[in-house]
Amino acid sequence: MIAAVASGTPGEEDAGDIPLSQRGPASTEIVARFGFWLFLLSDIVIFAALFAAYAVLAKETAGGPSGAQLFDRTYTLIETACLLASSFTCGMMSLAVERRQGLAIYLWAGITFALGLAFVLMEFFEFLGMVAQGAGPTHSAFLSAFFTLVGTHGLHVTVGLCWLAVMAAQVATLGLRPMVMRRLLCFGLFWHALDIVWIGVFTIVYLGAG
Amino acid sequence: MEEQDAAPQGRAPGRHRDGSRSVKTYLIGLGLAAILTLASFWAAQSGLVYGPAVPILLAALAVGQMGVHLVFFLHISSGPEDTNNILALAFGVFVVGLVVFGSMLIMANLNANMMPTPASMQMQP
Repeated sequence: MIAAVASGTPGEEDAGDIPLSQRGPASTEIVARFGFWLFLLSDIVIFAALFAAYAVLAKETAGGPSGAQLFDRTYTLIETACLLASSFTCGMMSLAVERRQGLAIYLWAGITFALGLAFVLMEFFEFLGMVAQGAGPTHSAFLSAFFTLVGTHGLHVTVGLCWLAVMAAQVATLGLRPMVMRRLLCFGLFWHALDIVWIGVFTIVYLGAG
Repeated sequence: MEEQDAAPQGRAPGRHRDGSRSVKTYLIGLGLAAILTLASFWAAQSGLVYGPAVPILLAALAVGQMGVHLVFFLHISSGPEDTNNILALAFGVFVVGLVVFGSMLIMANLNANMMPTPASMQMQP
């Protein structure tokens, strides 16, 4: 398997006898997934900027309602449960992809999609309720920061749902070729990363408001 | 053979070595994440925790849960084959820390300096 030994990963004992300059390029799987990992980290940096804006503006309610008056923790807990459960079913989907079990992929993808859709809809109705109360994003700096941060996360989840639907169609039409499997596994990384961002959201925004 | 392949190649993030162990890994991750989530909501709600300590406890629980997600869902480990992923993650955490804590520090400092003092109030016409 000397020919498969690859990449500029330093610090490997087994590859020590092959100079760095003589190892071949890393496999497409590793390059693609590592590149996607870098994208996810830069996406998290975007969220960091929004978190910073929220942390700075959280007290600037301009005489309007504060977070403690607006947020319902039971509602947030149900949202959180939906997203956490969908992260788990997404992991199950990744396993099914690696084992090339077509039916299991559809099953877990369907459950993941349903839970993700439930999360997005709950968030959408929460936003609608807040706007109906007169607590829209234009009311105060706090609410602008809130809608930007939570809305951006919701938008990411919505894009993820579209991606998942497209992937299900690709599995159906193209079959489990390496390209499709790679995309499915990248989707798994994306979904888990969104759940990590949500931990920050519910801790800082919803629980921090008390 | 498995080990010889896995180590020098480096490992893609989210990749697990052994299929049969992974369902268990995800289940452990789900259980730990659920416990930490419930603990967060309980700590914020119950009033049993000493008030000023609640934000620190919430931060610790959140960081713990992010760690659980990274290890059990994204399969980031401290092994040598994960060096690149860990390095990228460390840089990401560094930038996030700079942006968030830097902004908060600068804005708090500005707020404190902009606070009108009695002397500056008198200087106004």
